[in-house]
Amino acid sequence: MKKSVIILIVVALIAIWGISKSVGFKNNMVTMDENVNSQWAQVENVYQRRSDLIPNLVNTVKGYATHEKETLTGVIEARAKATSVNITPGNLNAAGMKQFQAAQDGLSSALSRLMVSVERYPELKANQNFMNLQAQLEGTENRIAVERKKFNETSRQYNIYIQKFPNSFFAGLYGYQKKAYFESTKGSEKAPEVKF
Amino acid sequence: MRYFKQILLILALAISSLSQAQEIPEKPKNQTLVNDFANVLTKSESNALEQKLLQFYANTGNQITLVTVKSLNGYDAASFAYEIGEKWQVGKKGFDNGIVILFKPKTHDSRGQVFIATGYGLEGAIPDATANEIVDNEMIPYFKQGQIYEGINQASNVLMGLAKGEFNHKQYAKQHSRSGKGGSFGFLIPLFIILIFSFIGRSRSRGHHTMGTSGSSLPFWMLLGMMGSGSRSHGSSFSDFSSGSGGFGGGSSFGDFGGFGGGSFGGGGAGGSW
Repeated sequence: MKKSVIILIVVALIAIWGISKSVGFKNNMVTMDENVNSQWAQVENVYQRRSDLIPNLVNTVKGYATHEKETLTGVIEARAKATSVNITPGNLNAAGMKQFQAAQDGLSSALSRLMVSVERYPELKANQNFMNLQAQLEGTENRIAVERKKFNETSRQYNIYIQKFPNSFFAGLYGYQKKAYFESTKGSEKAPEVKF
Repeated sequence: MRYFKQILLILALAISSLSQAQEIPEKPKNQTLVNDFANVLTKSESNALEQKLLQFYANTGNQITLVTVKSLNGYDAASFAYEIGEKWQVGKKGFDNGIVILFKPKTHDSRGQVFIATGYGLEGAIPDATANEIVDNEMIPYFKQGQIYEGINQASNVLMGLAKGEFNHKQYAKQHSRSGKGGSFGFLIPLFIILIFSFIGRSRSRGHHTMGTSGSSLPFWMLLGMMGSGSRSHGSSFSDFSSGSGGFGGGSSFGDFGGFGGGSFGGGGAGGSW
């Protein structure tokens, strides 16, 4: 009789400990998850900012660079592709991230091809509107690099947290999954330089 | 095994962020708004600038800091300026109203570089295109002639005007296209007056050599303080600084602006080279 009471108390204590840990975990996860989501929104924001610049840029270049039809079409197509790939914050897994990154990198390289080709048009380069767009584009590329870095940092904190014991146990229980990182493609530590 | 890979990745990230951090200058212990690590300004120039920026900070809460470095340590100017802004947390928490002006002098084997990095909160007031115009119009023409202080001073005047909302970036752009490439005349007048007074101050200090620098530079600072405050009432805004009474000449007394605190940067801004 006495023995079973002791066992009951021990079991109850363990249960209370488990529940309080679980509640703490859940509360922390709400914050961490939301941090990752809002940082992801920032990433999408700056990519959106870049794609918003493109119509204006293409129009300005079109007026001067008459022989660059192919390059311009390349940019427009890459933009369409990039804007069609979206990830919802709840689905930040490696596969989705890879797809997103591939589409955006495609646009980056199309843009840098365009920026190399305008080199041949001195009048365009002296155009005030173009100079402004160029500064905006450079700034946006910098912002993209920054927000990607910040996203990786937030993601990393989240991932470390859910892999610690006993969090790893609860993460499995509640179905929290690891978040993906932006992978730095060669030389992407720094924003592609759009210099003239 | 799966965890092992993860740990490796995390380690690699941590190490790369550590090694990066070492190349960016640490936040100085004695915090000032002018951080002339490359020694491109004279003492009086850097004091004048410090005073002006401090005054601006006291009046508006916006932190503009100048950082000059001998080398960018392999960074491009944009990320170097951004890293400083983030690491030093230039600007106020919640407002993110900091600006980092980064300057690397031209040497015989490398181009000079300048970058204006804007905090999140000032990206609207100073868009990248405008920052680029400021670099092209106010800074580089002076820098090409070796007039470092003039270029920085001009640019800071425009930045302050924009941050304060005295004029907006469209007005600035318009004013520029009207007055042509020669630079905006309106900013030259106060500069000219300051230069005259600084000249007077200097020549006077030569006369009273035995008094030391602290006494002789006082009238210059007083005038500068009054110039910088612009349309605001002179007496009240200046009193913030005169509380230290004789402390102007010391240089160290500028450090007590409360420090950088909590500002964040998103990579905005623009730069140029010459």
